[in-house]
Amino acid sequence: MTNPIQTESESAVSRHAARDRPLDTDDETGVDDTALAIETRGLVKHFGETKAVDGIDLSVPRGGIYGLLGPNGAGKTTVIRMLATLLRPDAGTARVLGHDVVSDADSVRDRVSLTGQFASVDEDLTGRENLVLLARLLGYTRGQADARATELLEAFGLTEALARQVKTYSGGMRRRLDIAASIVVTPKLLFLDEPTTGLDPRNRSQVWEIIRALVADGTTVLLTTQYLDEADRLADRIAVIDDGRIVAEGTPGELKASVGSGVLTVRVRDAERREEARRVLSRILDAPVALESDPAALSARVIETDRVPHAFVELSRSEIEVTDFALGQPSLDEVFLALTDRSVHDAVSGEVSR
Amino acid sequence: MTIETEPAVADPDEEALRAAVAAGPRPPRASAVSASLTFGWRALLKIKHVPEQLFDVTAFPIMFLLLFTYLFGGALAGSTGEYLQTLLPGILAMTVVFITIYTGVTLNDDIDEGVFDRFRTLPVWQPSIVVGALLGDAVRYTIASTIVVVLGLLLGFRPGGGVIGVLSAVALLLVFSFSLSWVWTALGFVMRTPESLMGVSMLILFPLTFVSNVFVDPETMPHWLEAFVDVNPFSQLVTAMRGLMHGTATAGDIGAVLFVSAVLVVVFGPVTMYLFHREN
Repeated sequence: MTNPIQTESESAVSRHAARDRPLDTDDETGVDDTALAIETRGLVKHFGETKAVDGIDLSVPRGGIYGLLGPNGAGKTTVIRMLATLLRPDAGTARVLGHDVVSDADSVRDRVSLTGQFASVDEDLTGRENLVLLARLLGYTRGQADARATELLEAFGLTEALARQVKTYSGGMRRRLDIAASIVVTPKLLFLDEPTTGLDPRNRSQVWEIIRALVADGTTVLLTTQYLDEADRLADRIAVIDDGRIVAEGTPGELKASVGSGVLTVRVRDAERREEARRVLSRILDAPVALESDPAALSARVIETDRVPHAFVELSRSEIEVTDFALGQPSLDEVFLALTDRSVHDAVSGEVSR
Repeated sequence: MTIETEPAVADPDEEALRAAVAAGPRPPRASAVSASLTFGWRALLKIKHVPEQLFDVTAFPIMFLLLFTYLFGGALAGSTGEYLQTLLPGILAMTVVFITIYTGVTLNDDIDEGVFDRFRTLPVWQPSIVVGALLGDAVRYTIASTIVVVLGLLLGFRPGGGVIGVLSAVALLLVFSFSLSWVWTALGFVMRTPESLMGVSMLILFPLTFVSNVFVDPETMPHWLEAFVDVNPFSQLVTAMRGLMHGTATAGDIGAVLFVSAVLVVVFGPVTMYLFHREN
């Protein structure tokens, strides 16, 4: 452990030095060095009759961002709350950085930090008071706590709002303060539960920038999101959760590849003939063809791409004119919908970002 | 949730951001005392930012004292001035004990806030969250006590025990209230809404405070009622406070209150913490 009673300048020096150290040199037992960031086996949590989490096995490596992706009510938040020692699992085990979340909860709390889905800061206090409060609770002296709060407020662009009560903050500011509150002491593992829900694009990208900076410094981030593009852009690996179970796991690329070789999108000139085109494509490609919201467009998941030229020949033979077509890798949206077997609206209540 | 746009706030500075997130030296864990005091500080900050919450600790005592002194004084003791000498310690105890309900209500409100999740994931001595809230409440109890005593002095209360007597009576009251608060914190985790908690607390406190020796001499009551009043811990508190304020307290009176307080903490402290950790 580093000597806690040191001056601000010393602390700044050692903070920089800390970047060059390998991860987790401060753990006396050494258990942190080898363990996975998160390892769960058969994790179960019921709420009455509802199985919120129904047997989840996760192996999250150290470093980088791991995404938990799923629709509302899939069990993402319940998983995070169990891992963050807020909920006790009904069955199964969960180890965080090698420490059991039930029997060794204190060691887990020493190493993790949680930014909940709803602002985990005190609305009645000012931004500054919130950070000083947490810094004091984490063991900083009054002076160190003040210095750390100032440093974080500046870094997160909140200096102008530091003396205002949090309830006057905009959504983006609140989120940034929330994340600042989570890294008063930089955690080894940070849980971010839907960090960008409800934010505009600019605030989203600011939050992403903060997350990337944390990861660059060696923090592992477990992120839940219902935004598919967020998982696609940020996460190194993704577990797709639906109805309390993991339905797929892998890198974004692996997940896309698992669904099929690609998606064919076709746009016909005459929207009236779309239904006819659908039947032709369905017959030739031997796959379900979906009607897009564009009244002239269709899309189909293609398993064997060599049938695609044949499909166009058939369309042309039926004198259906095609104005536009594309064959591409499926988007994560399509992967998600294929895996969770729902329509877009059921799955993410219309909030899918494109 | 609505989409927010914010024109005026600067983008986080990349260099400052990198420095701020870089893992710093980890401070040693906050001690139980330091964590409790910090949570107490939070309670004071909340009073500072939401001063309306002091309404109950100022209005209640004034209302109780004036109401009961002038309503009952003439009938029960011949004169209001005479009555005030026995009534004031009891009214003081009653007002503060009633205010303890708000401890549970505040906590019940707090649990639903996201910030509570953050506190629960901190590596601190977990009971400090509740202890700190109670310490903050001690400030509220002190404000209420000051109001009752000052108003009483203005109305003609003349304590024979002097300043020391009054201060030690208030101190004893604070100890008792701190201990009793654990009952409400425990209930605060059981009851779903602040309203239901309020209802149950009132149901307990009304008989406890009214069926006591605050207003009348228990010897005027039927025997079965007198027996209850005599063992009522609240009566014991009032007896000890009267004794301290008028300089006639016995070690037995004070000891009885401290014993009851200790029992309350020993029983309801662990119950509160059990409920605190229990999952929903």
